[in-house]
Amino acid sequence: MTTTRIIEIECQRFNPQTDSEPHFQSYQVPFSEEMSVLQGLQYIKDHLDGSLTFRWSCRMAICGSCGSMVNGVPQLSCHTFLRDYFPDKVRIEPLNHFPVLRDLAIDQTDFLAKLESVKPYLIPDTEKTPAQGTYLQTPQQMDEYYQYSECINCLLCYAACPQYGLNKEFTGPAALALLHRYNADSRDAGSAERMEVINGENGVWGCTLVSYCSEVCPKGVDPARAINQNKINSTKDYFLRFLQPRGGK
Amino acid sequence: MIRRSNKPVFWSLFGAGGMVSALIGPMLVFVTGIAVPLGFLLPHDALRYERMLALAHNPAGKLALAVVISLFLFHGCHRFYHCLHDFGIHVTAGMKAACHGFAAAGTALAVYLLLVIGF
Repeated sequence: MTTTRIIEIECQRFNPQTDSEPHFQSYQVPFSEEMSVLQGLQYIKDHLDGSLTFRWSCRMAICGSCGSMVNGVPQLSCHTFLRDYFPDKVRIEPLNHFPVLRDLAIDQTDFLAKLESVKPYLIPDTEKTPAQGTYLQTPQQMDEYYQYSECINCLLCYAACPQYGLNKEFTGPAALALLHRYNADSRDAGSAERMEVINGENGVWGCTLVSYCSEVCPKGVDPARAINQNKINSTKDYFLRFLQPRGGK
Repeated sequence: MIRRSNKPVFWSLFGAGGMVSALIGPMLVFVTGIAVPLGFLLPHDALRYERMLALAHNPAGKLALAVVISLFLFHGCHRFYHCLHDFGIHVTAGMKAACHGFAAAGTALAVYLLLVIGF
């Protein structure tokens, strides 16, 4: 049985062509038990205000497009339900710490550059041709990196990270977790190339282990753990280079 | 080329200090703050001057005192420095030097006093 109730959804609005400052606009949205916050936004766009701009695609926490601040918490709006906020209102804002393009849509350019900087792809020791077969891996070897490969680049962790908020140069949780995902993969031999990013002031050392990134991740990735494991790796790299012969890597 | 951070040096001291303070800190608070002053489980004179002087004269005692003072200082100063940053107070190179310099100065003073007090 579905009962329809009315909830107030308050959206942050910003049109760069006409507004100098963002402002809030409220909508009265009828909802049923199974409706997500994203479906609430879709209702507004279809029935109340076609100008409301927000990103979405899969509706099932796989694509990572619909991240926004829901009552101040970074959330996938498809993964958050209106029933949990009723009878209070829901306030939806664009993700923290990113430039706003329009309404709830943010500009991810900065993150994409950072993602590229960590070389998020396998760099094998010796390249194999398809005729030479596949790269083999045991289930234990896969366990080493599997959780980090679940990242969907939704950027909730960047919105949660106070360090990214204070310093936009910080490589940030998702990019560093993905860096670790490839370094921890037994088929990869690219660690030395990625070490430079880890060792820099804006690599793992930009993190102060607040760990809110891991808390808000909708996919159970633990970026804080990846970053802090690499603080140990960076420290080893820092001191062990003095024990290596000159010219050693 | 991205410049290598010198954080590993301070983070190692911070980490070592965290370990030592977690293991020894509560015990020190209990012994010096509760057990001895109240005569609870330990006699009142357990920390009297002659005993403490003997501890500071003993090479192993010197080492223990130097490690506890130095690593506690480095741990606390590093934590303080990061708290400033977390509260949005922009940490300048000078403030960083002041935080870690304070710990280094405290360490140098402790080592100096432990040496001049004699063996």
